[in-house]
Amino acid sequence: MPFIPHTEADVQDMLATIGAGDIETLFDEIPANLRAGKLSGVPEGMNEQEVSRLMLERAEQDGRPLCFMGAGAYDHHIPAAVWEITTRGEFYSAYTPYQAEASQGTLQLIYEFQTMMSGLTALDVSNASLYDGASGLAEAVLMAIRANRKSKSHRVLVPTAVHPHYRKTARTIVRNQGIELVELPYSPQGGNTLLEALEPYTGQDIAALVIQQPNFFGILEDVDALTDWAHAQGALVIGVANPISLALLKPPGRWGSAGADIACGEGQPLGVPLMSGGPYFGYMCCKMELVRQMPGRIVGRTIDRDGRQGFTLTLQAREQHIRRSKATSNICTNQGLLVTAATIYMSLLGAEGLRRVALACHENTRKLVAALTANDCVQPLFNRPYFHEVPLQLSLPADGIVRSLHAHNILPGYLLSKEYPELADTLLVCATEVRTDADIATYAGHLNRAIGAQTAAGCPVKPKMA
Amino acid sequence: MSNIPVELKYTRTHEWVRHNDDGSVTVGITDNAQDQLGDMVYIEVPEVGQSVSAQEACAVVESVKAASDVYSPISGEVVEVNETLADTPETVNQDAYGAGWLFRVQPADAGDLDALMDGDAYAGFLEDEAH
Repeated sequence: MPFIPHTEADVQDMLATIGAGDIETLFDEIPANLRAGKLSGVPEGMNEQEVSRLMLERAEQDGRPLCFMGAGAYDHHIPAAVWEITTRGEFYSAYTPYQAEASQGTLQLIYEFQTMMSGLTALDVSNASLYDGASGLAEAVLMAIRANRKSKSHRVLVPTAVHPHYRKTARTIVRNQGIELVELPYSPQGGNTLLEALEPYTGQDIAALVIQQPNFFGILEDVDALTDWAHAQGALVIGVANPISLALLKPPGRWGSAGADIACGEGQPLGVPLMSGGPYFGYMCCKMELVRQMPGRIVGRTIDRDGRQGFTLTLQAREQHIRRSKATSNICTNQGLLVTAATIYMSLLGAEGLRRVALACHENTRKLVAALTANDCVQPLFNRPYFHEVPLQLSLPADGIVRSLHAHNILPGYLLSKEYPELADTLLVCATEVRTDADIATYAGHLNRAIGAQTAAGCPVKPKMA
Repeated sequence: MSNIPVELKYTRTHEWVRHNDDGSVTVGITDNAQDQLGDMVYIEVPEVGQSVSAQEACAVVESVKAASDVYSPISGEVVEVNETLADTPETVNQDAYGAGWLFRVQPADAGDLDALMDGDAYAGFLEDEAH
């Protein structure tokens, strides 16, 4: 049975009724130069057997490298139960249902997710999720502009230590709305955002300050001082945080004396596989006083007329099916299935389990740094505390080293020069809880050999843990 | 039949306007508007000092049914807003023409008030809208 309900005769009937010659004429108002043209590389149609084979072949192209790369997406252990439960028919449907009469299970799950995220961020409310961390930041910027009614400026300060992809996405989404994103430099010594970088804006009308913790370099920012500075200028604070790190670090809701106003970020570390880059999900939480400016869906708990507990979408007057162009966002959806996985992941680990994951990540990254910097050609770039990622600078061209490690099926880290041209030959490395001592030794061994092969005398290798 | 005080002026977007002795005008939504919208859950008022143009959306009333813009009936500057509505939005339902006022504007030109409807005209307007 075809899934398109209109027959050719239905289509012709409809076209004749409105007086259009063919479907193409309905799109006349879109200028020709904005048309993307035909999709190439997408076959006309394939049967299940062909699609299965194609997708398996594509998935296998990623291989199974030993991963020491993070840079926004992280290789964590996912308990088998997470996706076993998530893919049950009750959750794994073609569309996310929200009718309260029919979908109490889904709605309760989202409510539990919101409760967990509010707990992790120490903020009052959470939405049901957004597309991903990058668009989450763009939505947070738009929200801050709407919510900060004291500010007449449309200026938002964004440190360059915020994830470069998030900054690009935010710029793409907000630039046509007259919003100015002003970039702040990071400290060349610490890799963090210094109060001195904010000084030129003291006393100015700023709508919001974005703070990523840990920042893109994995470095911990002085979130208390930055938050208090922003609030003193009448600016709102948007915290971008890795949810796993929140099990250890001070949550955004407690930054400074008043706490961040909005928190957002990438939810992938919570039970979502790397999957070649997506789909992932974004989370967003805020203080109660800003809830009416928050984009996306919110599920609330209530009681029916017989006093029984029930769950339902709430505060929908903010959404586009009611407010149209004045809605808080035109992305009025959420990543239902991925949120299901994240909620089950958090339920299985619990607060203590999540804390152990975060501690193991930090411990393994310390071991990794010790093992790699035993080679004199490898030095930490910054001198500040980190969570589970660190930039390591090589004293020789990194390209050849990276190629050599790829050949040994090792992903040695993210080359920062792609986004930060001033940081040549610098690898952003990460070791999550799944990297063992043997994995780290394998990486260090291959790195030492690759460096030795590229330097005439080779760099002297200090004894490990010297 | 909704309550339409004769001493007030009215807009086609269902705001009422009271011309005060000090020259300012107080603005709210009509009894008919609050009745149509139903129970109020949230009111967003403009900022004091904000300059507004006639027919410009400058406040939002949100009920259990819908969120609707409130338009300034006249150009001028907002000189006072009803802060109590933040905690008690239901006042708009209970006393639309009194304690449920939304904001006060100092008009740039009080002559603009002449363009608004009087009570009889508004009653006729509601009558037409109903058909």
